[in-house]
Amino acid sequence: MLSKRIIPCLDVRDGKLTKGIKFKGNVDIGDPVDMAAFYYEEGADELVFYDITASSDRRDIMIETVRKVAEKIFIPFSVGGGIRNVEDMRRVLLAGAEKISVNSAAIREPDIISKGAEAFGSQCVVLGMDVKKVSPSEKIPSGYEMVIDGGRTFVGVDALAWAKRGESLGAGEICLNSIDADGTKEGYELALNKLIASSVNIPVIASGGAGTIEHLFEVLTEGYADAALIASMTHYGTYTIQQIKSYLHDKGIKVRSTW
Amino acid sequence: MIAIIDYKAGNLTSVQRALQSLGWESVITRDVSEVIEAERIIFPGVGAAGQAMADLKKLGLDQALIKSYHEGKPILGICLGTQIIMKWSEENDTQCLGLIQGEVRRFQDGLSDERDRKLKVPHMGWNGVTLKTQHPLFEGVGPESEFYFVHAYYPVSESPDTVLGETDYGIRFASVLNSKNLVAVQFHLEKSGRPGLKILSNFCQWSGTDHA
Repeated sequence: MLSKRIIPCLDVRDGKLTKGIKFKGNVDIGDPVDMAAFYYEEGADELVFYDITASSDRRDIMIETVRKVAEKIFIPFSVGGGIRNVEDMRRVLLAGAEKISVNSAAIREPDIISKGAEAFGSQCVVLGMDVKKVSPSEKIPSGYEMVIDGGRTFVGVDALAWAKRGESLGAGEICLNSIDADGTKEGYELALNKLIASSVNIPVIASGGAGTIEHLFEVLTEGYADAALIASMTHYGTYTIQQIKSYLHDKGIKVRSTW
Repeated sequence: MIAIIDYKAGNLTSVQRALQSLGWESVITRDVSEVIEAERIIFPGVGAAGQAMADLKKLGLDQALIKSYHEGKPILGICLGTQIIMKWSEENDTQCLGLIQGEVRRFQDGLSDERDRKLKVPHMGWNGVTLKTQHPLFEGVGPESEFYFVHAYYPVSESPDTVLGETDYGIRFASVLNSKNLVAVQFHLEKSGRPGLKILSNFCQWSGTDHA
């Protein structure tokens, strides 16, 4: 049976990891390529790179990073951040990424999803969703609203409706990030994950709020998630991927346990 | 030389990169004579069956593949490549190569898992393979190994002899097919970590006979 995926997320700016990652061993803590290789050996099922490079003329650095990562790791990885059109997608995929993730660009111009799916196949297109809880209203019936610019700008789009629209436009997967839970380490937003994951027929990766291994168990069961994104809990060495997987396995969750 | 068949179906560079990491040179080609002359052939693919078959025919690669198969040249199909070797695909109602007798079907809606939750289509992520018999390509690959799948369609062989491995996703389907010098895997072995690389490495040294 299909395993639940554990996916570390790495934020990259100008070709360097943004957070000072303290790792044991010979890992260059600033280098995304070394970190990718480390997580590959550790048993991560997939990786997500989020490019937060501010200026567009420095984007080539990210393409070079993707190329180097692709030479070292042989598991799928996706790249998000700064992808504005099909040509941006093509460059990232040709450099060796398996998937590209679109977020703000899809809100501004939903056609980017269908254009990407037509050009490269749905399996390449991940719809990144940043979501905030609001009072349910006529416009936002689910009580979850889409936001962009790191949660600063509300866009007046209902998250549930957007997830379904993204699926119908050809997204192959959803990466669902709760802005409210993000960074709290108090657990994923389970109700949001369950709502979205049980309403679409494409896989949903839960993101935002992971602090303990119990949180992962919760979101993969009660939250209906197909995969869980993690960052600080493994970046700072609090847990290893192996520990996470052993725990989940003991709790009856199917995970990939040899690699 | 190993020829990776290029018919605009994508995913070719990752196969080549995986080969490179193992120390094998390969050429990505759509040139019929280069395919015919190659020592072995990898037939990957992402995309839809209809377009893929149309492109193969236009380039004359369908005949090159059939000829190479009958000559006994080792051939490895990956993902869509594995579906194209069957006789017919439900995807775009496509007549395919027919190297193995059988069809390609879409996962039905309404399949569910052990927690009784609806299974999503495509089947995306890591899953196991149960081998029916040992094969040189799987030498050194542990039975617990998992592989990375992304597909909405799966092959259904008419002859049980050609089913080398099976995978569970609501139903049990053929995830590894084998007929003489042809082995075809539904998963992406170039994205399946060490076990995937091991199969690729075994293929590069395989004579094309069933047993080592």
